[in-house]
Amino acid sequence: MEIVLVSLFNGLVYGMLLFMLASGLTLIFSMMGVLNFAHASIYMIGAYLAFTVSQLIGFFPALIIAPMLCALIGAAIEVWGLRRVHHNGHIAELLFTFGLVFIIQRGVQMIWGMLPMAYRVPPSLDFPLFTVYGANFPAYRGFMLLVSVGMLVATWVLLKKTRVGLIIQAALTHPQMASALGHNVPRVFTIVFAGGCLLAGLAGVIGGNYQTTEPGMADAMGPIVFVVVVFGGLGSLSGCFIASILMGLIQTFAVVINYSLFDLVKPLGVTLPGDNLLTEILTIPVARIGALLPFALMIIMLLFRPRGLMGTRDT
Amino acid sequence: MNGRLGQSWVWIATLIAAIAAPWMFFNFSTGRHSGFVLSMLSQMGMMSILALSYNMLLGQAGLFSLCHATFFGIGGYATVHFLTMAGAGRLPLPLELIPFLSGLCGLGLAIVFGYMATKQRATAFAMITLGIGELMTTAALSFHHFFGGEGGVKTNRMIDHSLFGLKYASSIQVYYLILAWTLIAALAMFFLTQTPLGRMANATRDNFERAQFMGYDPRVVRFLQFALSGFFAGIGGGLYAITYEIVTFDALAAPLSANALLMAYIGGTGVFGGPILGAVLITLLQSGVSLMSNSWLVYVGVLFIGMVIFAPQGILGLVMAHRPIVRAGQFGRLAMPYALVIVPSLLTVFGFVGLVELTSFLTIGAAQGKTLMLFGRKIDVHAVLPWSAAAVCLLGGIAWLRVEARSFRRVWEKLMAELKPRRSAA
Repeated sequence: MEIVLVSLFNGLVYGMLLFMLASGLTLIFSMMGVLNFAHASIYMIGAYLAFTVSQLIGFFPALIIAPMLCALIGAAIEVWGLRRVHHNGHIAELLFTFGLVFIIQRGVQMIWGMLPMAYRVPPSLDFPLFTVYGANFPAYRGFMLLVSVGMLVATWVLLKKTRVGLIIQAALTHPQMASALGHNVPRVFTIVFAGGCLLAGLAGVIGGNYQTTEPGMADAMGPIVFVVVVFGGLGSLSGCFIASILMGLIQTFAVVINYSLFDLVKPLGVTLPGDNLLTEILTIPVARIGALLPFALMIIMLLFRPRGLMGTRDT
Repeated sequence: MNGRLGQSWVWIATLIAAIAAPWMFFNFSTGRHSGFVLSMLSQMGMMSILALSYNMLLGQAGLFSLCHATFFGIGGYATVHFLTMAGAGRLPLPLELIPFLSGLCGLGLAIVFGYMATKQRATAFAMITLGIGELMTTAALSFHHFFGGEGGVKTNRMIDHSLFGLKYASSIQVYYLILAWTLIAALAMFFLTQTPLGRMANATRDNFERAQFMGYDPRVVRFLQFALSGFFAGIGGGLYAITYEIVTFDALAAPLSANALLMAYIGGTGVFGGPILGAVLITLLQSGVSLMSNSWLVYVGVLFIGMVIFAPQGILGLVMAHRPIVRAGQFGRLAMPYALVIVPSLLTVFGFVGLVELTSFLTIGAAQGKTLMLFGRKIDVHAVLPWSAAAVCLLGGIAWLRVEARSFRRVWEKLMAELKPRRSAA
């Protein structure tokens, strides 16, 4: 029971972190049709910038400054890079963001070095919030939940209740019409791209000290974020939310389940002969293949429902 | 098809160079080949197969795949098991033919995954292949029987069974085996581009709705192309296993897939030989520049992005663009503009390399205890002078280059406009 509760909390925290990354990616994709491979790299930049800024002036200013810097970087990428390759088609845009991953990865290593950064939880948030069955729940995780829920609400209000949000939604579905009505659609694109990078940067700030701030963090996070976006359905924020929480829970629960497929049929008196690849697949505990599950789920989803959980169009 | 015959001398020259290359670094005093050069050449051979087979997807069918190394890796893993079996006398097959079996393994897996992935195209295809690649990498780390977990699987290539009675104890013999297979695979892939399948792949790339109207199912075309490219990647993986006698998850992980993409794209996806050039270039960078610089991947990344923005046709595509000019005997008119462009380009490159190296020596270099040397002199990375010199070179170079590039383009377009009527008349 205690394992279930603790894993539930941790899964929620991780899922919300995923959502913060994935929501920006979904916004960018549904608006511009560009799947930004470098999104997780922006997340990494956010974490590194937060580390540097928090060393200079403290963690809470970094919570605001680092995402802003990420948004600026995003705007620069959109204006000077993506816009130039746009007329070469979607493959060129994919290739462009793919190349960015390399440059950002090595650039970060060049500026901050190869070793993990000592980016720690601020002391004011470094205490146990409450105790479940003897296990402490750190206050920082509660803070992460708070920030991500706050961001979720803020994004929702911005998109649904403000004039800017309406224009963004209009440009999302009917770019030509919005342009004909006198809205500067390319500038809306830049704003959306920068906004997505802002969210990624924010995720980096609060995720950097939850996980470790090191040059491999983009590679660790990137694929799983894509899984979330595709699983939830490209272009759907609510699907993205469900998928993030689901993947967060799956990944945290998988590491504590020590059963295998074979354990299901063991009570029936079945025995496995020999020691080969098949028996290994059947007897491997779920905990060891936990990292594999999200990708398997994504492939199954795309096979049977190519638009994803709540996608509005085929991918 | 006169042009293709006209090019054949380039191919023959490449082949002769590849055959002669190990002997150029032969050390006569010890009677030995240079191990470094041989392993680099072998790597070039395998990577050429990988890049060429990748280009069957990216260049010929317009499919952006991110799991190409999966088939390379599976060919490698399977080959390790084949070699072990052959060594124990349970597989009566000479070593020379084993890569064909590895290709079949790649083909089998590509049929399974291709069935899933080719339902989609463009972005969704890229996503599914990303998932497949990650899935296989994680699987390779978790399952020990076939993949050997993190340590990988090892074997011995000296199975005492050869068509030509060779032992394959020395790496020069392995190199010629790789060269032969690279040649066979490249010829087969070139032949495939001439078949109706290859043509239809181009058609579905350029306009898949119209290809549909013509009665072809674009999905079947994508599927066949994907499966066949998996076959060739598997051959490459088999050669990898024979060369290194060990295969770990590196052989199917995402960085190798990314490498395949970089090689094919930088070399030129529109020309058949482009990926070979890319493979040779990237391998040279990988084994040559990485000895001198920590940040060679930055250069590759910047080169790649530069090509995506300015020259989507790749290096060989750029070279090929000069053919009508050379044929018309007008190349001399480009010589002066070229000379004018080269100076600021060199300045830009110098400034950029300088800044990158200064930054990387500040952090990574310092951690490794190295110092930056230029023209035999130590450079203090904390001083202002080198930084400002590099920055001035870079900014000045870019500004100058923009002016010169504009005038170069003017000359180029004028030449092209003059040549056009002549070409259409002929």
